[in-house]
Amino acid sequence: MATSYETVIGLEVHAQLLTASKLFCSSSTEFGSTPNSHISPVTLGLPGALPVLNRRAVEMAVRAALALSCTIHERSIFARKNYFYPDLPKGYQVSQYEEPFSTDGHLEFELEGAVRRVGIVRVHMEEDAGKNVHGVGGDSVVDLNRAGVPLIEIVGAPDLRSSGEAAAYMRALRDVLLYIGVNDGNLEEGSLRCDANVSLRPLGQVELGTRCELKNLNSFRFVQKAIDVEVARQTAILDAGGTIEQETRAFHPEFGTTSTLRSKEDAHDYRYFPEPDLPPLVIPPAMIEAQRALVGELPFARRQRWVSELGLTPAAALILSQHPAVARLFEDTLAAYPQPVQVANWIQTEVLRGARSHGTTMEFGVTSGQLAELLGLVEAGTISGKQAKEVFAVIEGTLRSPRAVVSELGLRVVADAGSLRPLCEELIAAHPKEAAAVRAGKRGILGFFVGQVMKRTNKSAEPKLVNDLFAELLGIGPE
Amino acid sequence: MRDLIDLGVAELAGRIAGGEASAEEAALQALDAIEQGKHLGAFLTVMADSALAQARAIDAKRRHGARLGPLAGVPIAVKDLLCTRGFPTTAGSKILTRADAGRAAADPTRGWRPPYDATVIERLVAADAVLVGKTNLDEFGMGSSNENSAFGVARNPWDPTRTPGGSSGGSAVAVAAGMTPAAIGTDTGGSVRQPAGLCGVVGIKPTYGRVSRNGLIAFASSLDQIGPLARNVSSAARVLGAIAGHDPRDATSATIAVPDYEAACTRDVRGLRLGVPEEYFGPGLDPDVAESVREAIATLQREGCVVRPVELPHTRFGVATYYIIATAEASSNLARFDGVRFGLRLEPPGGGLDGLYGATRDAGFGPEVKRRVLLGTYVLSAGYYDAYYRKAQQVRTLIRRDFDAAFAEVDLIATPIAPTPAFRLGERVADPLSMYLGDVFTLPASLAGIAGLSVPTRPTRAREDRPALPTGLQLLGPPFSEDRLLAVAATWERVSPTHPLRPPSP
Repeated sequence: MATSYETVIGLEVHAQLLTASKLFCSSSTEFGSTPNSHISPVTLGLPGALPVLNRRAVEMAVRAALALSCTIHERSIFARKNYFYPDLPKGYQVSQYEEPFSTDGHLEFELEGAVRRVGIVRVHMEEDAGKNVHGVGGDSVVDLNRAGVPLIEIVGAPDLRSSGEAAAYMRALRDVLLYIGVNDGNLEEGSLRCDANVSLRPLGQVELGTRCELKNLNSFRFVQKAIDVEVARQTAILDAGGTIEQETRAFHPEFGTTSTLRSKEDAHDYRYFPEPDLPPLVIPPAMIEAQRALVGELPFARRQRWVSELGLTPAAALILSQHPAVARLFEDTLAAYPQPVQVANWIQTEVLRGARSHGTTMEFGVTSGQLAELLGLVEAGTISGKQAKEVFAVIEGTLRSPRAVVSELGLRVVADAGSLRPLCEELIAAHPKEAAAVRAGKRGILGFFVGQVMKRTNKSAEPKLVNDLFAELLGIGPE
Repeated sequence: MRDLIDLGVAELAGRIAGGEASAEEAALQALDAIEQGKHLGAFLTVMADSALAQARAIDAKRRHGARLGPLAGVPIAVKDLLCTRGFPTTAGSKILTRADAGRAAADPTRGWRPPYDATVIERLVAADAVLVGKTNLDEFGMGSSNENSAFGVARNPWDPTRTPGGSSGGSAVAVAAGMTPAAIGTDTGGSVRQPAGLCGVVGIKPTYGRVSRNGLIAFASSLDQIGPLARNVSSAARVLGAIAGHDPRDATSATIAVPDYEAACTRDVRGLRLGVPEEYFGPGLDPDVAESVREAIATLQREGCVVRPVELPHTRFGVATYYIIATAEASSNLARFDGVRFGLRLEPPGGGLDGLYGATRDAGFGPEVKRRVLLGTYVLSAGYYDAYYRKAQQVRTLIRRDFDAAFAEVDLIATPIAPTPAFRLGERVADPLSMYLGDVFTLPASLAGIAGLSVPTRPTRAREDRPALPTGLQLLGPPFSEDRLLAVAATWERVSPTHPLRPPSP
């Protein structure tokens, strides 16, 4: 009988910090520019060029580590990771190794209704490498725009037990980084990158099995798929009595397969040692407190509060909390119109339909002020919910006041039974057959009469009131 | 005529600033002296046109009534390890020269031309110095005899069959042979102090962090410092004052204010406690060198210094510790010379990326550089790191503590600068270890990051096997005590029976 295995996964995530300039020089970090246009002697690793640490990057890194509940170390050390490659101009990457600036955190997220807490071993700062592009006119060329861009590496504990859990962790991590404004959450452009360490062990065994590291997982879907493929591969080897070789494997999304990138024998000896061009990094307590204040309420906590205090459904809370701009719109609207469920419904349906996101920002068709005013008009009975959607379509993309649009369109709700009664009596007289059907108990026919009234009043009548009026006039009593 | 360039830095700058002499004339004299001394191999690049243009601009500036800087019109030579915008910068290595017909070329005119000046160059220019050229050196500063230059040896003006020392050999020769009143060198393990001592000039290794390393091609980043060489103490002090100070482009540069080093040269040294470590006077020290240095120490005692013994017990680990830490850093610092972006690029057909790296670095680096890259790679390797690199860092701390403890007892320390006077070219080439051991007196101060200088003492007496040769007193002080070292050195210089020193005419 085949052994049952437990899957053990740990993710290493690289997140690009949203600074304007690089980690050790003033070159721009802008994505998508002409190759080699954001370079300097430092980026190029020219002889004599020295690194100077970007303070903004440190602040963002500290904020990220705090959001992941890490301990911040007042003193940490930059180290050189040495290897040769054309996209690495100095022949070493400046990173942190033996003494990172933060350790021992965790990330909480929900999965299938349960709360999961996954350990964060460490968060450290490092610089990105450039990019080799092969086959340009038969040559390999190098673009160093990305070289030196500030990254944090978030090393997760091997606490994940399934590919679904890994993808959920990755999503939760993306949400947190996006929330605190340090990363734009863009996996496709590579500003958030994930490597997965995957191993199997027989159920009940404490000792970890041999792991393989999976590279090139540039979407949430690929994270899940690559792990599934790798688990299947390792299971087949173990079931056949084989052993897993420790290696680095690349995921090929177009084929849904993985293949060996580097075996253990080919593994680099990175010869890490303290970077002598940079003094130890000292993070003063004042910086930690300033960054702690900027972390604010994180998506997970916010969701829980919205469900318990505001009465949102977990599904609605999830949608509204994923992007910080949506959460902000929700809370801002709520401040002016304190009806959480209505606001949540409107944002999920009308507002998000036309929203466009750009990293940490999002464009909405309306402001919180417009939305609150519109919902206020419905609540006051000035317009119907249906009319509100018409008004929304008019104000979307403009800064116009819903109230002004309502009066311009001549919209109003006729909610005066006295003025509607003659119209209803007229319609009953004009449609004796339908009236008789209703009297005989076919309540559904009431809709016909209501529709006629709406048509004649240009949809300004309050439907519930009209419905009640017909019920009364036809003697069937209210529902 | 050498009347102008024979002056001290302050006198020459004063005359030019006062209009009694022209910067152009001083530059012409320097360029002529460089030409006359060509056989000494001091220079890799002579910047004749730009030096004259710079000098004329300085003269014009004065005529227009502008106040000139502290180095007004002073011709200065700079070690070719500092980046000079638009001028060949070679580090003494073929790896920074463009290939010639698919081969590495021993031709400094093909050298890499940096797009920027080192901070020290900017500061010299801002002080109105005139840069006359780039001086010869051991490749990347790795050596103690200038024999590791890819472009030929430099020769000691006291005896051209002998080494001027290294690695700032060319800078020491330029000053000792009277080509320039001052020069800039770099000191990683003694590379300013030792050639200064062997050529009979003053050389300062400032405290680590005192002078910006921005634009200095790195050998060992935690040890490298830039310092001046000059024919007298106050000249060196004035140049140091011009180049020292915080630089936001070097994260390891200190924010401590720069004192008036020149004024310090006239300070009273009576009562200063001068420590003499017996570890520096043991076997292997040339008896005549020992005698010369002890004479200087005795003279300082007569001038009011209090001389007392101190202990520096970890001195004997200095060489081993240095050659682990310096080579480790060098192996990483030199990785950028890969043929991809600048300098030499050799591509053997079909060799691919590894072929490019291998051919470029094999042809571009000399044997000593390769030896040190190999050593450094080894000591950082998995499985050896703890035994070598980490252990060396621990010993470095012990060496630093030796000095801390000594400086609790004394104000400065006096030692010989090198165990022997200048040795013959070729004498130690086949025996790297004997070459390394010659640095035994300068390495500990580099590891500790403290201030040091070398000032000439009485040359050794001529013997059958060697002529009279310079030697020097090394003064070491706590971090940022350059002013104190200068005060003591200047005091010695004032009473020294052999100052000013001149090499014999050829």
